[in-house]
Amino acid sequence: MNRWMPFEWIAALRFLREGRMQTLFIISGVSVGIAVIVFMSALLTGLQANLTKRVLSAQAHITLQPRDEIARPLRLGGDDLELAIVQMPLQRVRSIDQWQALVRVLQDDPAIVAVSPVAAGSALAVRGDATRAVSIAGIEPDSYFRIVRLPDNIVAGTVRLSSQDIVIGTELARYLGIGVGDRLTLTAGARTSGALTVTAIFDLGNRQVNERYVYVPLRTAQSLLDLIGGVTSIELTITDVYAAETVARRLQPMTGAAAYSWIATNAQFFSAVQAQSLSSAVIRLFVALSVALGIASVLVVSVIQRSKDIGILRAMGTSRGQTLRIFLIQGALIGLVGAVVGSALGAGGLLVFHDHVRQADGSELIPLVLERSLFAAAALLATLTGVLAAMAPALRASRLDPVVAIRG
Amino acid sequence: MADDVLRLEQVRKSYNIGRPTETEILHGIDLTLGQGEFVALIGPSGSGKSTLLNIMGLLDRPTSGRLFIEGQETSALDDRALTRLRGRSIGFVFQHHLLITAFTALENVMMPLLVERGFPDDSMKKRALELLTGLGLGQWQHHLANALSGGQQQRVAVARALAMKPALVLADEPTGNLDTKSAEGVFAMMREVNRKSGTSFLIVTHSLEIARGCDRTIELVDGQIVPAGAVPAAA
Repeated sequence: MNRWMPFEWIAALRFLREGRMQTLFIISGVSVGIAVIVFMSALLTGLQANLTKRVLSAQAHITLQPRDEIARPLRLGGDDLELAIVQMPLQRVRSIDQWQALVRVLQDDPAIVAVSPVAAGSALAVRGDATRAVSIAGIEPDSYFRIVRLPDNIVAGTVRLSSQDIVIGTELARYLGIGVGDRLTLTAGARTSGALTVTAIFDLGNRQVNERYVYVPLRTAQSLLDLIGGVTSIELTITDVYAAETVARRLQPMTGAAAYSWIATNAQFFSAVQAQSLSSAVIRLFVALSVALGIASVLVVSVIQRSKDIGILRAMGTSRGQTLRIFLIQGALIGLVGAVVGSALGAGGLLVFHDHVRQADGSELIPLVLERSLFAAAALLATLTGVLAAMAPALRASRLDPVVAIRG
Repeated sequence: MADDVLRLEQVRKSYNIGRPTETEILHGIDLTLGQGEFVALIGPSGSGKSTLLNIMGLLDRPTSGRLFIEGQETSALDDRALTRLRGRSIGFVFQHHLLITAFTALENVMMPLLVERGFPDDSMKKRALELLTGLGLGQWQHHLANALSGGQQQRVAVARALAMKPALVLADEPTGNLDTKSAEGVFAMMREVNRKSGTSFLIVTHSLEIARGCDRTIELVDGQIVPAGAVPAAA
């Protein structure tokens, strides 16, 4: 007996050790349950982080744009209208009013990490006889690259955006048959840029983005889109990507602009992620429930098996509280040991999965995310589950009438 | 009175109170056990011996009447206080299921001290070893309880009952499950402990041999104590 160990712990450990087969089986059961939870949680975290990263690799968390122009019916006075049918107006390319002041305000907002003005519009990319419709993004590289990590996704050249430079995607480069150092022209309406030099080619992991997007300096875009001194949007990165919708709703009345979060823009993707999280949570809940029921059933049997021991201990002066703790400790220990073994199993399973389940090109399918917090949470969850599951049998043990227990 | 280890005044015990099946098992028991007494409690099956023993051992409460342990009246004590008093003042020796099999002989003897103090220490071990050695079981100290013979287990149980130096040891058929030789050995050992330590013993037994070896015999018939008289001759 260790002198630092209280009586309840000594008794709990001895009871578990004496019923070693029973203990081994229930710990194995808990371990498998925890392994499933750890495996699923880490896999899902990696999967969702990867998907979110891919979705957010080419877009801001929140985009502020001028509000849509609306046609108002002509009123004759009172409630009478001149025309009953109001035609939807065309949406012109317009600048956000006072955008420089707005940028300064947004930069001071604690929820916002990066702010970048963008002048965007449609154009044709022309190279000899070949043309391609593209979306121009006129950017200030220093601030914009904090939002879209373009330099991290360059496959050729180096990102340099002086007034006559352009950065294009891999698909567009392939369509137009050009590479770094080659020139192309952009045409937007009646305006045409001079020959722009391709300084870099990017791959943002999205075929459409690689085909459609081109990046030019803000001033070049303003000139091309006839938007001198103006910007069509202000793009933002925020601290918590999943709070984008809340922040967007807060910014809208504050800025007077329309605020679109990436969640609203990718509503189907986000609802798919949420459905995935929910179904995973339900599965984990049922696994945890089966773990709890397993622990409870083993301890109920143990209380029945040990009723005479409990009776003798009570006769010797063991209090109801001490008896209760002996069984709660057993539940906690089963949960904790099961969590440690299960976490190791789950992590091992993830490593094997990560090493063997790869994409066709050999790159990882899902990133390996093994966070300490996951293991700590698993240990805490399993220990608490063990204690809660042990509560009913422990109460039963503590309420045993010693006379009845001894008599058997 | 001050030397009384145990005193019962008009103790009654009924079961199924308020129901048609209400049955009174003990009908106003008056009983006193002095310090150092070695007393046998005999009676036919169903006479209420076990019920009386459980009440005397604070494992059960009387329906009415008063019970004093070392002069302390127990009827007003709550479960926690009763448990503490039971642990300190009373040692038990049972007929069946003698020891806790998850522990060694030494640990079983240490157990009442461990329950009382919360953490193990050297003094507990010393006390337990003294008792085991005194009862001729020193060499079996590290054996798990279920590795010992019935007689050895019962002697360990007696050692355990004495660990807290209780004023009273209540033994329920302590030799009932043993062969004649082991039974004689256990009885002689209890008698010797009684003489040396002055611990009072109350032994529930069906054996007239054992009853005759005690200082006094209390006979219980139909829940009532039969006035003192000669112990019937052995069959």
